[in-house]
Amino acid sequence: MKIMPCPLNGPRNISEFVYGGEVTPLPSVESAPDKAWAEHTFYAYNGTGVAREWWYHTPSGYWFVAERHRVSDEILRTYDPSELPSDESTPDGETC
Amino acid sequence: MPFALLKYGLNNDYPFEKDADLPAPTALKRRYDVVIIGGGGHGVATAYYLAKYHGITNVAVLEKGYLGGGNTARNTAVIRSNYLTSDGVRFYSESVKLFQELSNEFNFNIMYSKRGQLTLAHTDSAIRGFRQRTEVNKHFGGKTELIDPQQIRELVPTLNMNPGHQPVLGGLWHMDGATARHDAVAWGYAKGATQRGVELHQLTEVTDVIVDDASGTVTGVKVKQGSAEQIIECGCAVQAVAGHSSLLAEKAGFRLPIVSYPLQAMVTQPVKPFLNPLVSSPAFHCYVQQTGRGELVFGGGSDPYPLYNTRSSLELKEQLLAHAVELFPFMANLKLMRQWAGLTDMTSDYSPIMGLSPVKNYYLDAGWGTWGFKSTPICGKTMAELVASGGKVPDLIKPFGVERFSEFRQVNEMGATAASH
Ligand SMILES: Cc1cc2nc3c(=O)[nH]c(=O)nc-3n(C[C@H](O)[C@H](O)[C@H](O)COP(=O)(O)OP(=O)(O)OC[C@H]3O[C@@H](n4cnc5c(N)ncnc54)[C@H](O)[C@@H]3O)c2cc1C
Repeated sequence: MKIMPCPLNGPRNISEFVYGGEVTPLPSVESAPDKAWAEHTFYAYNGTGVAREWWYHTPSGYWFVAERHRVSDEILRTYDPSELPSDESTPDGETC
Repeated sequence: MPFALLKYGLNNDYPFEKDADLPAPTALKRRYDVVIIGGGGHGVATAYYLAKYHGITNVAVLEKGYLGGGNTARNTAVIRSNYLTSDGVRFYSESVKLFQELSNEFNFNIMYSKRGQLTLAHTDSAIRGFRQRTEVNKHFGGKTELIDPQQIRELVPTLNMNPGHQPVLGGLWHMDGATARHDAVAWGYAKGATQRGVELHQLTEVTDVIVDDASGTVTGVKVKQGSAEQIIECGCAVQAVAGHSSLLAEKAGFRLPIVSYPLQAMVTQPVKPFLNPLVSSPAFHCYVQQTGRGELVFGGGSDPYPLYNTRSSLELKEQLLAHAVELFPFMANLKLMRQWAGLTDMTSDYSPIMGLSPVKNYYLDAGWGTWGFKSTPICGKTMAELVASGGKVPDLIKPFGVERFSEFRQVNEMGATAASH
């Protein structure tokens, strides 16, 4: 079984987790045009590099962030959402 | 007749073999009117109909691996038209009609085998959904009925009617459901296309798409054969590369609302024929069918997270087989023979992306996810029409344009596709 290193529960079987999509900034609810919402909703990163993703540990109801390589399936880093970097040093996922 | 057969058997000059093969590869020309990227079923079908119906033969199909070695060779060959939306049903019904004639048309047996497809309902809401699909299907001339547990028992006596404490309440019985030999479909189209003058170049990867900045028009592609790279000019180009759709589009300078997921399948050792219909249970995320050779094919939904990799995984196998064994308990004693995966280009509404792209003269046949084998003939036909008319989108594929995502006009086939393909 593939193992996911959960920041809260430690290493667990990947079947305990649910993938929750790419981490992207939410468009402004007040001012973003429809096109920005379409972009946010339907156009996700689909490249061959490292993506920053939401993951959910079902038994403990815990959301966290994983950086995962989209070809090798290697999980490079996992952390609590409070540690999400606010600067521009993003993995491939957010720039494409 | 027996004498003719004997003579035929002893003859060294075996008449079918002469034209059984594809022509030997030639050097690439500097320019083609049409370049088709991807030598899967969709690519070669497009080439075939371009040559056959539109007399356009200065065409090159460029395939980075070998003919039909992508998802065309990996799918579980379910052919059906019992979708949910009118747009979907109209489109897939045309494909089923074309499939029925293909063996005759190619003079080559694609082993089209109509056995009917049975989808199981385990909840009241599933029954309601099936009722709607039945009516939409009948409206477009398909043969689909809602059937009760007794009829299901008669069709599939070996099915466990109370699997995993979720009793089977009814079924969607799609009499047009069928399978065909997927390789033969690709070979038949490739043979027909090359006989009419189309060039098929295998081991030829497109590494870049060249777009004229000023006019936003495609002018050529960069191709790689071994270590040699060269540029080929083209009048227009079609991309039909399934799981690699986003990567190629990026080379052409735009993005697609597609995410690529592995899709896994497997077969058991062969056993005596006992299962004629294709059986599928969306609630159990799995479908089972018996091949002409007696093997049981298992498939389900795509992997739970995106990946560009065709590895097989233990967790998916455990989950899928646990469900299959609930439906047919005695299958627990069978041995698995083979397992494999393909790369599926998923859209969020489970419908394809076909038609124009942001680049002029660059046409899209993408987003075929887990459900595009059955559409191979109609994709070829409509894409050929699109190319031959210089970009006039045929009515049948108008609903599938990529602009639907920014206009919030999705063609939602999720309920009719997720675990059945
Ligand atoms: C396990 C599995 C089960 C499935 N079951 C069903 C089913 O039961 N029914 C159904 O209808 N559908 C099913 N599908 C989906 C179906 O197989 C596909 O949608 C369909 O085969 C797509 O055909 P295609 O010709 O577009 O793609 P492919 O056959 O994948 O062809 C695309 C080709 O493009 C080539 N290519 C990629 N990039 C490049 C490049 N840069 N340059 C040159 N060539 C390139 C690839 O090598 C490949 O050969 C299944 C898929 C899988 C993986």
